[in-house]
This record gives sequence, structure tokens and C-alpha cells, in this order.
Amino acid sequence: MSSMISSDLLKPFKLKTKQQELLIRVSILCLVYILAFITRLFSVLRYESMIHEFDPYFNYRTTLYLTQNGFYDFWNWFDSESWYPLGRIIGGTLYPGLMVTAALIYRLLHFLRFAVHIREVCVLTAPFFASNTTLVAYFFGKEIWDSGAGLVAAILIAVCPGYISRSVAGSYDNEGVAIFALLFTFYLFVKAVNTGSLAWGLASAFGYFYMVSAWGGYVFIINLIPLYVLVLLITGRYSMRLYVAYNCMYILGMLLAMQIRFVGFQHVQSGEHMAAMGVFFLMQVFYFLDWVKHMLSDTKLFQAFLKITVTFAVAVGAVALGVGMVSGYISPWTGRFYSLLDPTYAKDHIPIIASVSEHQPTAWSSFMFDFHILLFLFPAGLYFCFKRLSDATIFIVMYGLTSLYFAGVMVRLILVATPAVCLISAIAVSATVKNLTVLLRSKNKVVQTGSTKGTSSGKASSKASLDQSQPFQKNGAMALLFGAFYLLSKYATHCTWVTSEAYSSPSIVLAARGAHGNRVIFDDYREAYFWLRQNTPPDAKVMSWWDYGYQITAMGNRTVIVDNNTWNNTHIATVGRAMSSYEDEAYEIMRSLDVDYVLVVFGGVTGYSSDDINKFLWMVRIGGGVFPVIREPDYLVNGEYRVDKGAAPKMLNCLMYKLSYYRFGELVTEYGRPPGYDRARGVEIGNKDIKLEHLEEAFTTSNWIVRIYKVKPPNNRW
Amino acid sequence: MGKLWVIFVASISIILPFLCNSFSPETPTDRRVLVLLDDFAIKSSHSLYFNSLKSRGFDLDFKLADDPKIALQRYGQYLYDALILFCPSIERFGGSIDLAAIINFVDSGHDLIIAADANASDLIREVATECGVEFDEDPSAMVIDHTSYAVSATEGDHTLIAGDDFIKSDVILGSKKIDAPVLFQGIGHSLNPSNSLVLKVLSASPAAYSANPKSKLSTPPSLTGSAISFVSIVQARNNARILITGSLSMFSNRFFRSHVQKAGSPTKHEKSGNEQFLTELSKWVFHERGHLKAVNVKHHKVGETDEPALYRINDDLEYSVEIYEWSGTSWEPYVADDVQVQFYMMSPYVLKTLLNNKKGLYSISFKVPDVYGVFQFKVEYQKLGYTSLSLSKQIPVRPYRHNEYERFIPTAYPYYGAAFSMMAGFFIFSFVHLYSK
Repeated sequence: MSSMISSDLLKPFKLKTKQQELLIRVSILCLVYILAFITRLFSVLRYESMIHEFDPYFNYRTTLYLTQNGFYDFWNWFDSESWYPLGRIIGGTLYPGLMVTAALIYRLLHFLRFAVHIREVCVLTAPFFASNTTLVAYFFGKEIWDSGAGLVAAILIAVCPGYISRSVAGSYDNEGVAIFALLFTFYLFVKAVNTGSLAWGLASAFGYFYMVSAWGGYVFIINLIPLYVLVLLITGRYSMRLYVAYNCMYILGMLLAMQIRFVGFQHVQSGEHMAAMGVFFLMQVFYFLDWVKHMLSDTKLFQAFLKITVTFAVAVGAVALGVGMVSGYISPWTGRFYSLLDPTYAKDHIPIIASVSEHQPTAWSSFMFDFHILLFLFPAGLYFCFKRLSDATIFIVMYGLTSLYFAGVMVRLILVATPAVCLISAIAVSATVKNLTVLLRSKNKVVQTGSTKGTSSGKASSKASLDQSQPFQKNGAMALLFGAFYLLSKYATHCTWVTSEAYSSPSIVLAARGAHGNRVIFDDYREAYFWLRQNTPPDAKVMSWWDYGYQITAMGNRTVIVDNNTWNNTHIATVGRAMSSYEDEAYEIMRSLDVDYVLVVFGGVTGYSSDDINKFLWMVRIGGGVFPVIREPDYLVNGEYRVDKGAAPKMLNCLMYKLSYYRFGELVTEYGRPPGYDRARGVEIGNKDIKLEHLEEAFTTSNWIVRIYKVKPPNNRW
Repeated sequence: MGKLWVIFVASISIILPFLCNSFSPETPTDRRVLVLLDDFAIKSSHSLYFNSLKSRGFDLDFKLADDPKIALQRYGQYLYDALILFCPSIERFGGSIDLAAIINFVDSGHDLIIAADANASDLIREVATECGVEFDEDPSAMVIDHTSYAVSATEGDHTLIAGDDFIKSDVILGSKKIDAPVLFQGIGHSLNPSNSLVLKVLSASPAAYSANPKSKLSTPPSLTGSAISFVSIVQARNNARILITGSLSMFSNRFFRSHVQKAGSPTKHEKSGNEQFLTELSKWVFHERGHLKAVNVKHHKVGETDEPALYRINDDLEYSVEIYEWSGTSWEPYVADDVQVQFYMMSPYVLKTLLNNKKGLYSISFKVPDVYGVFQFKVEYQKLGYTSLSLSKQIPVRPYRHNEYERFIPTAYPYYGAAFSMMAGFFIFSFVHLYSK
């Protein structure tokens, strides 16, 4: 009775199937949107609302400057606190997209009378944009396959560890917004190609502009899209839609991108951008030929004309490129670009690129770690894409394959591959599930239609055979569905576990498990930086390895010699040389750079392995790359890097060793071990009697992770 | 503001903490002098020297070197501005004085006179070594010179030497030329080559050598020729001044009054040069002469007066500093034409000699180089005999802002024309193309 009434009452609200589907879709999207945001909040819950890692501190500092001093000061900011004494033109050497975005959000919130601190905005920018990315993934999936694939793509990308690794709360880095911009640009471009609409082309140009303003990874777009266009041209899929989309996107996108000071004229001057320009001209030739073909009725004549034109165009292009290269107008490819194409390039030529851990080639395990089942779904998705080939699926296939190659070359580029992998896997999941459910649900219909219509004998027989196998097929479909459900739920569990365990550590505050399973927090970095801020003169210059430069300027508010913006290799090499020289030689270098304090990171007490001693060989390599007096074999014994008694004499007496292990020989770090037992490397150190002549210990944090030394003035009487 | 500025200038030279503890920067001359003696007989036998100091207003405090009550500082305050060690044979000081105390005394900006002698103790030798000179290790060695010895009644062993190889510096030795040779009898020393601050004031002739005069020379002497120094001075980085000599008898009344004739020289001087030489030298050591100060370091853009927080490349700027010299009683303008300022970033980008107005004001104007970075105005003035001036002031130089470039360049007008005519042409073409027919 009551149900009757309620159904009666609900009748006006009763939705049609279409509307129901829409409601479900929207609510799923809303949930995914929220999920993408909250799954990235582990770091805030575990630690606190803080900025993570290294580069984000620079971004935070610049954002702070932007909100306090306005855009024009930011744009023209000459920062005298970094790269002493060279200084850095901040406005001209960064991608301002992230900072401007955060500042706009900050302004908007303040306009709405939410008095939030800019740090909170910065911390939550990446999760917010990750949520937006899920929406883009939905629309993208819808564009290349169907709305089901879009939904699955949104869900997959919301929790995919490959993306979460760079977008947890606090990871305030360019990639946080850039992945959104990247996917958005691709989506708009595919939309433009599918519709041939000038408006979508324009939108993709603006998407590209945002991407250029946000991250150097825009080079991927400006090379992938021409490649895609080229493939379409070769496969005979040239169309007016493509012509409109590409030309609009390229010309406007290029003009807009030139407005970013850091990019400037690279679009017409740098080797990396020449592919796009070449394809642009090729398009025009193609269009011209098309027109001539349309005008000429004689095919033979056209063939001859085609030959002449193509030869001529290619020759002109080659000559232009050659002249540009020789005259230096077009700069050659940069080392970073080379190292992407050839994984061994950086190792041999540019140690500073090779020294960064996220530039290392990817291990198989990290693919598994970051993609989980997507790794298996990806080939399946490729299969479905090839089965239903269209302009859009060609694009996603190309995006997936190229980015996956780059992900294999560099760990950090897993991030770029993640959206493609998610989208292609989503196609696989969606298509499979759809087929299975169609099988499940179609049984009655097929029987009905078969029985009522029964058009032709051949068909009937096939239907009959289908009917016969149906119970078995139905069970199989059920099993497969459950299997898919099981795998997907495993994926969700894995993603959550990875997020909470591996990717939510701020790396500026370290956590470890104590002997009784309790959490031990090492907050030494901030302790050291606040000591610098409180106890050193405001114009003191701090020398450290470049990894800590951004943090020192942002948190310690002191001038640094080198920082994470590794634009001047010589300056970094000078610091590397100082660290790997004997103390008196290093003293000369430090005097010439007006260094007041030296900061080293040392993990021997806590067993923290990414300390300066473990990075030391890179300092030697980078220093030796510029100053050949520093030779790597001097620091090795039989090609082995060691710090114990068997270490090389130069190793035992270089500045970095001395500063790391000063007075460490007096300390017992582990019960049952001799004093001076280095827990990070598991050896007893080789030089316990370290005397410093030109430096004195100024501060060592409670767990010895950061050690700061003061450079003494020269001897009074000598 | 001016006063703050003075303090700032002092602080950027590293020496401030030391300066504060010693003489006040306003009157650099020492006042209170502790004299440590082996025995009080020296007080009378060297009274001429002491009296000349007293007459110049020094407050001399004579103590036996092994007096258990002596101390250089009390409650962290130094009791004396200068120390005279006329105690060559002391093995161990009394009271709280030891090697480290004396070195700290010097390192906090105080002055020191050391007179050793043949048989100088290890302690005195160590003090000298810390100051960058090394006495001959043979305890019985003396400087012998068979060519420029002082002629005396008896032939002797030529250990009484008439030295006249002075350092050429009016600031150190006074403007009046020292005519008579200086009598020296004692132990020679050499300078540590790694010490760049120590200077020979009176060096031996090339024929001198250091050996035991009583015994036959069996091995070649370790110190020979003009490597031997009779009197050396050190001006430390904090401008503390040290005088070291290997002869206590140089200061004695006997040597002061003695007539002197250098061997091979026909002129016979009625009075040795010792009094003039050592008195003038003590004026330098006790900062009565050769002490400079720099105040009012200013820089600003040409046409402005306020000091900016940073400059832009190619700005024209003016730099000025006032330099005064202590005359013993007052600060007089220092006049020299060799004071230079550097605009420095790892290497000097601009190096200009400052022009002075004869009233102590040095100034120059120059253009900031076309290089951005964190520069320093540096004045590194190190002139023989004068205290060193080391001023540095950090100043960032920024590049042009985006709107400081020329907006329209005349040579580019054809391109502007091309761009605008293209736009206009395209507009007209579109209009015609769309709406014709």
C-alpha cells in the first residue's frame, strides 16, 4: 500500500532512461571529482599542510611574491638571493602558469571573503587540478570512444599512482597543473579535428598557451601533434577538418606561447620546435596540391606537377633548415631533448641531468607500481583502438605509444604517459564490460527476435547455435565480469595503498618506524632552515649542494650560491669542486664566492640514504666536467665508492667528507657497533679524527641530518 | 643616519669585533702599555727609550715577567693597549699570561713589541714564530758581519753591527731621514715566506751571517745575507702592529748615546741612529702614525642623493668615501691619488681611481656595466705603513624591466608597416570575399 502511494507520488519525478543515465553519469562524475581530491589529502592528514620536496618551495616563494607585490613586479623580479653573485631574473626564467593560477585562486577566495593563507591555496592547487583532470579525461574518453569509456577513464585517472605521485596535496609543482593543461589541450585538439571547427581550434590554441605557461613539457605537445598530423597525411586521412584544426592551433598557439618570456622566440628559433613548423608548411603544400588536383583534370599532368612541387618544397625546406642551423638562427637540440631520444646521452655528456634521480631510466617495477593493471589493459585498449580506427583513436594511440617510450627513458615522464595509459585502458575496460553486459542482457532479446522474426535460414541456424551455447556463455561472461570487477577493485586498493604509503611523504619531514613500530618524525630540515633564518646575518651566503638551494632561500631566507634551477653548469661545478677539494683549496673557492656558511646533509646517524655523501660522486663528476683537476678515480678504490678505512685518501680528506663526518667518530650510533658507525652506508668510517682549519661547526640538527658550518675569516697574522 | 652608516661600514670590514675591544676607533693611539722585564735593571739601563715613550703620554706599567700578579685582561676587558716584551730569557710568564694570551691580545687588535737576544727563551721564540718570524735556532748564535760592523776601540768579533738598510717608508720611519747607522747586537731572524704580512724594517747586509762568534764555523750558517732581518714589523689583518727584533741592547741607553762609524766608511757619527729609528718606529707601532679611517661611504645615482636598494644596468652612479688619517692628536684629511674603487662581481668590472678634494672626500662617478648580478663596491686600500682599508658594500644590479626598453625602434618601422598593412589587407580581403557577389 505504502509503496503504491510512494510510487504514485514519485510518478512526476520518474525519469526516463536517458535522464536516469544522465543522473547516474553526473553523480559518478561528481563522486570521482571528490575522490580525486580527497585521495590526495593523505599527506596533509599524515603530516601537515605544508609544501613538499624541493622545486615546490621555489614555486611557493614566487607565488608569495606574486600575491604580495603584484604581477608586474613578479614579471620583472630580479632575485639577488639566489645564484650569488650572478642573481636570477625570476620573471624571465620560469613558467608562470602555476603561480598565476594559484594567485588567481587566492584572489578569488579572498573576493568571496574566505581569508585563506596563500600556503593553503598552494598546497591544494595540485589536488584541485587533478580533480579537473578527471573531468577532462571523461570528455576526452567520450570524444574518442563513448561516454562509458570516459567515465572509466575519469575513475582510472583519479586514483592512478603515476599521476598521484606528482599531484598530492603540497606537491606544488608545475606538473600539478600541467597535466591538466596537457590533457585539456589534447582533448580540444582532437575535438577540433573531429569537428573541423575553428572555435575548437582556437580553444586548443589557448589550452596550448596555458600549457606553455605552466610547464616545459609543452615541447611534447608541439612535437606530438605535428607527428600525428604527419601520420594522418601519410595514411591518407587528410581532411579539411585537420587542416583547420592544425593551422589554427599552431599559428595562434605559437603566437600566444611567445608571450611567455621564458619561451620567447623558441618556436621559430629552436630545433625542438622545427618539426611543427615543417609540418605546417607541408600542410600548405598538401592543400595547394589538393587544389591543383581539383583544378586539373589530367592525372598525368598532375602527377608530374606533384613530383616537381614535392621535390621543390622538400628542397626549399631542407635548404632553409640548413641555412638556419649553420647561421645559428635555429639553435640545435638541447641536451635534455637528446637525452629523451637517446637514454644514454645524458650519462655520457651531461652529468647534471643524469644526476637527478627522476631523470633516471625507469625500472620495470615502477611501471608496475605506478600503473598496476593498466599495464595489462593498455595493450587490450590498443587492440580495441585499432579495431575501430578513427582520427581520434589514432591520436590516443600515438600519444600512448610515444609517451610510454619517454616514460621508459625517464622516471618522471611516467606522469605524461599516465593520462594516455588511463584513457586507452579505459577503452579496454569499457569495451569489454560493455560486450559482456550486452551478452548477459541480450539473451532474452535474441531469443525473442530470433523466434518472432526468423528472417533467413542461415541466420536462424547461427542464432540457434548461439542459443545452444548461451548458458555456458552467460556463465563465462559473468565470470569475466567478476574478474574485471575483482581486478578493478584490486587496482583501487593498490592505488590507495601506494598513495598513502609511498607518495604522500613531503620529503622535507622524514618519517621512520621506530623499534616498536611507532612513527618517528625527523624534522631536521626545517630545524636547520629556521636556525639559519634566526641566527645568521640577513646577507649571509650559504653554500650547499644545489638540491637544497630552493629550500634555503624559501625557508631560511638566506642567499644561496646555487639552487635547483640548474641553469649555470659552471657555477654548480664550482660548488662541486669546492666540496670535493681539500679544505684549504676549498677555502679559496669559498672566499672567492663570499661564502659565510656551508650546509651539508648527512644521514649517517639516522640511516637516511639520500644524503650528500651518497650524492657526492655526482658532485665530483659535475665538478670534474668543468675543472679537470677533479678526477673521479681519485675518490674511488678499484672503482668502488667507499667511506670506511679502505677509502681513497682524497675521499677521506675532501671537504664533503670532513664536513659530514666531523666529530662523528665520537658518536655511537648503534648498540653493539664501534663509534663512528655510519648507518646509512653500514660501515665504520675511515677518518675519525677530523680537524677543521678554516671552518667551524655552527649548528647540527638533533638527528644530525643537516650540519651547518661557518667559514672563518682569514688568519689575522698570516 | 650618518652614525649608523659609520657603524655599518666598520662592520662590513671583518675587523669590527677586534676594533671595539682595543683602542677606540676615534683615537687609535695606544695609552696604557705593559712592559715586561727580566729584571728591573733594564728599566734604568733602557731609560732613554722609556722616557721618550712617557714623554709622548704613554702610561707605562713595568712588571717583572714572572710576576704572579700580571694579567692582560680582567673580566674580559683588556687592561692594556700594548705590550712590550723586554724579557728575552723568560721561560714562563707569571700570572695568567702565556703564549695563547699574548696571541689573543694581538688578535683582538693590540700592539706588541718583542725584543729577543742571544739565548732567547723558547717562549719568546714561539711568540715570534706565531707572528711570522723565526729566530735562528742555534741559541748561542749571533749575527756577525765582517764588512759592515761598527768600528770600535777593540777589534772584537764583529757582532756589533751598524745597520743602515732601512725599509723605504716615511710612514713607518718618519719623514726625517735617518743618517746615522743603527747599532745592532743580537740574534738574527728570518721571515716566514708564507706570511705575507711581515716586513723587514732593518735588514742585514749581504755579507752578514748568523753563527756562534765564540766557536769556529764548522757547518755553513743557516741564516745568511740579507735574508737576515734585524728588525721586522707585522701589521695584522685587524691592524694590530707588532715589532720584533733580536736585540734588546738596541734599546739601551748605551747604544742610544754611542757614537758610530761603519766599517769602511769615513764618516763618524756622534750619535747612533738607534734613538731616532726606534722612537719613530714606536710611533708607528703605537698607532701615532699611519692610521687611516674611512667614513661616510655613499653611493647614489647621478642627480639623486638617496642611496637606492639596487641599480639598473647602465645607470650612472656616484660613489664617495671620506678618508682621514690620524696624526697622533687629531684626524686630518688623507690625501693620496692612488685610492681605487672596484665595482666587483667575482672580478672587478669597473676599476676607477677615486678623485679627492684634498679635504678627505674621495669620489668618482661611473656607469654601471651592462651586466646584472650582485655587485660590491670594494675599496681595498693597502699601502705600506698604513692601516689597511677594506670596505665593501653589496648592491644588486638588475636588468631592464620589460617596459624600460624602447617601444618603437625607428629601424623597425618597415616591419610595423608590414604588419599593419597585412592586417588591414586581410580585413579588406575577408570583407570583400564574404560580402561580394
